[in-house]
Amino acid sequence: MATQVAFMPGTRAKPKTLEVIWSWLTTVDHKRIGILYGVSAYVFFLVGGVEALLMRLQLARPDGTLLSAQTFNELFTMHGTTMIFLAIMPMGAAFFNFIIPLQIGARDVAFPRLNALSYWVFLSGALFLHSSFLAGSVPDAGWFGYANLTTRQFSPGSHVDFWMLGLQILGLSSLMAGFNFIVTIINMRAPGMTLMRMPLFTWMSFVVQFLVVLAFPAITVALILLMFDRFFGTLFFSPAAGADPLLWQHLFWIFGHPEVYILILPAMGIVSEVLPTFSRKPLFGAPVVIYSGIMIGFFGFGVWSHHMFSVGMGPVADSAFSIATLLIAVPTGVKIFNWIGTLWGGAIRFTSPLLFALGFISMFIMGGLSGVMHASPPVDLQQTDSYFIVAHFHYVLFGGSIFGLFAGVYYWWPKIFGKVLDERLGQVHFWVMFIGFNVTFFPMHFLGLIGMPRRIYTYAPDLGWNFWNFVSTVGAFIIALSFVVFMVNVAKTSRWGAPAPADPWDARTLEWTISSPPPVYNFAIIPTVHDRDEFWIAKYGDGHGAPPRKSAPAPPVDPASIHMPPPSYWPLLLAAAIVLTISGLLISMYQVILGGLLTLYCMARFMLEYHRPAPGGHH
Amino acid sequence: MGRARSPFRVPTVLLLIAVAVVLSSCGWSLWDSPMTTVKPKSDFGKGIQDLFMLISWWTLGIFIGVEGALVWACLRFREKPGQPIPKQVHGYTVLEVSWTIAFAVILLIIAIPTIQMIFKTQEPEAASALRVDVAGRQWWWEFTYPEYEFSTANELHLPVGRQVAFHLHAPDVIHSFWMPQLGGKRDVVPHRVNRLTLTPEIPGEFPGQCAEYCGTSHANMRFRVIVHSKENFQKWVAEQRKPPVEPTSELAKKGQELFAQSTCVGCHTIRGVSGGAMGPDLTHFGSRKTFGANLLASTPQSVAKWIENPAHMKPGALMPDLGIRGEQSKALAAYLLNLK
Repeated sequence: MATQVAFMPGTRAKPKTLEVIWSWLTTVDHKRIGILYGVSAYVFFLVGGVEALLMRLQLARPDGTLLSAQTFNELFTMHGTTMIFLAIMPMGAAFFNFIIPLQIGARDVAFPRLNALSYWVFLSGALFLHSSFLAGSVPDAGWFGYANLTTRQFSPGSHVDFWMLGLQILGLSSLMAGFNFIVTIINMRAPGMTLMRMPLFTWMSFVVQFLVVLAFPAITVALILLMFDRFFGTLFFSPAAGADPLLWQHLFWIFGHPEVYILILPAMGIVSEVLPTFSRKPLFGAPVVIYSGIMIGFFGFGVWSHHMFSVGMGPVADSAFSIATLLIAVPTGVKIFNWIGTLWGGAIRFTSPLLFALGFISMFIMGGLSGVMHASPPVDLQQTDSYFIVAHFHYVLFGGSIFGLFAGVYYWWPKIFGKVLDERLGQVHFWVMFIGFNVTFFPMHFLGLIGMPRRIYTYAPDLGWNFWNFVSTVGAFIIALSFVVFMVNVAKTSRWGAPAPADPWDARTLEWTISSPPPVYNFAIIPTVHDRDEFWIAKYGDGHGAPPRKSAPAPPVDPASIHMPPPSYWPLLLAAAIVLTISGLLISMYQVILGGLLTLYCMARFMLEYHRPAPGGHH
Repeated sequence: MGRARSPFRVPTVLLLIAVAVVLSSCGWSLWDSPMTTVKPKSDFGKGIQDLFMLISWWTLGIFIGVEGALVWACLRFREKPGQPIPKQVHGYTVLEVSWTIAFAVILLIIAIPTIQMIFKTQEPEAASALRVDVAGRQWWWEFTYPEYEFSTANELHLPVGRQVAFHLHAPDVIHSFWMPQLGGKRDVVPHRVNRLTLTPEIPGEFPGQCAEYCGTSHANMRFRVIVHSKENFQKWVAEQRKPPVEPTSELAKKGQELFAQSTCVGCHTIRGVSGGAMGPDLTHFGSRKTFGANLLASTPQSVAKWIENPAHMKPGALMPDLGIRGEQSKALAAYLLNLK
């Protein structure tokens, strides 16, 4: 990391390696935690990508022999779980961490040590899940883990245990982060920043945090029931004992559908920042975009059973969930209209962040429209669990979330690392990824319509699926190539890139008023906010006659007088103790007891750390 | 930083060409493949297809309108050198309200026939319907005809023009019963009986497959539907109701002995010989063109190979390797294939 020195003003110019590592392990700085989230998420994104490439190689031809049935089932389980919980969600978390405090004019999040704890719990959960590869017992029941296939009778061994416990750990991390950001956004906004003056990325992230704290408890409960079934012989999901296995599906999708919006809303927020900046216009109908985001979050809890149109819920439930699902398309569509309204009449600069944002909009439209198709239950009966659905949600989560998140990567990279990513390579990355994405996933619509089911490791050669499967595999490798371009760009930029100015894009919000990368305390003086596009109006006026708001230069502030929370190693230790406890369930009860005691001890130390003032420090 | 240069034009043209090629090429290969969903052969499938086409046309219209507006805005409003800051428009209420309403109206147009179709496809079955009990099992299908009192496996025979009422149940985990050419799927859920009713309209042979992930060999849980004319269906029923054929050749006779002596009888039914219920009914095994959930053609070699190591041919198969080898497996295969 070429930038760490910039985060530590006042330290020696060349800190020793161990000191640097220690400082990252004990950091409570939201910006460093953001970077940790981002780097981890990218690594897991590559892992999930390699899993996808292996599956595509297996399916390139009929009767493929590269992978066994068991391995393929493990790969699609881990691909889904990884991309959702270990790639897209933490990539969003990286931006929440780095950007939200900057956008609301704060010096850190509300609970900096809790923030560090969220990250370390996330990382330990991710490593725990992947330790299943070392144990030779990789989860194999799908990312959705439908009961009763997951009961001991049908899933012996510890495959499902790794998945169930890993998800439980990851949920813990998300819940802590969710509460932290809710409190941060409510309490730590700069003076004058009313809710309606809050930047759009912060707004959409705000909605996401509520989805997290309301949706995760549902899967937590489901996973606890499953854990009791598997470890203690209860029968919550055992039909032989009179249980209805559909209980799992309801609990899972009450979480699972809001989860889709947890994955997409941050990207919508990013796009809502990037479009105004690069068309040099305010977001068209910003209040409508905000309220649409809230509506999406709200309705997101009322559509879960559209994942279950084929289970036989009866015509009344089918109709109700169909209408709710069509309803949620309205605020989603409205957002797209507003984005186009933002571009309309602007002065559009085609930089790489904007290209990725346009990629998001154009691909998300397609994902949304195929979504309207299977919002109709009779049509869904032909499409659900076929490749048509695989195409649909990749248009939403890759064409949507990943393109949107990469718009954010290119947009905020200079703010985060102090260097602007190479523009030419950025555009090459975009076009290669855009073409690769469509070559991979568009044919899957055809495959679904000609009857190819999901989650099959092999297929017969006489079904007409051979050609499009081969095309799709070629596309997957084009996508892989685009990420090689991205990594070359990162390497080139960090080696030879010129330092970025504070405001390289002529942008509109507060994070661009401070240096790139920002000092550890963010704002020497907490700004006062008068408008959503505060910084733009300060530069250019409101465009309706008011002159630029040039405030008098602030008196210089001595950075040493700004008190930031000191580092702490308790978040890391507490996270380790939690994972020690939970992994004990697979190893030995003694480990569970030992881990439990250590967890209690670490919690006590964590809570009492600032019972007395830290030596020489304030907080 | 490429501010004034537009990187847009050449890739856009390339992309449009690519889309045109893809869209036109889907014409030839696509629609008549064995598991197509868009050439329905039953009333149920046709109802779904009509609705699908209605929604497709609306969404295609929206797609062209919205993507067109997006591309147009990108081409038209590129920054020109020396351009002043554009007018700072914050919104336009009339426009925002009208596109919200317009979109809602389109969704209403989709919702009305959708709900009609939901209720129509879930009407109770007619009293005259042919009932077929479908059991989805790891990893094969059992079809029982209560009216005619026999069961078969992985090969579903139906008459044309008579309503069929499928009663779906699962003794182990959740599966999904899907015959794409005959219409949409319905999940097969333990501890409940789901229904699916449809009337096949065109005779023919259509592949089907499990559509809900159900464990190791989910991909191999296939079956075939054979829709007969009414007379041929009655002929088939009559054949199936007959007791099993007695073996004639020496090899097959040896196989019969072997079958009766070994653990095969614990799982398989051959009427008058054994009554096992874990595996497929083999009374008329030889009449089925394929076996192993439609994985393999019924030839002496493949049946013998299967008997020697089922899990090798179908990963995770619950039928164990009984240590039957060489001459014995050939004899068993001959006996089973003789059961026409």
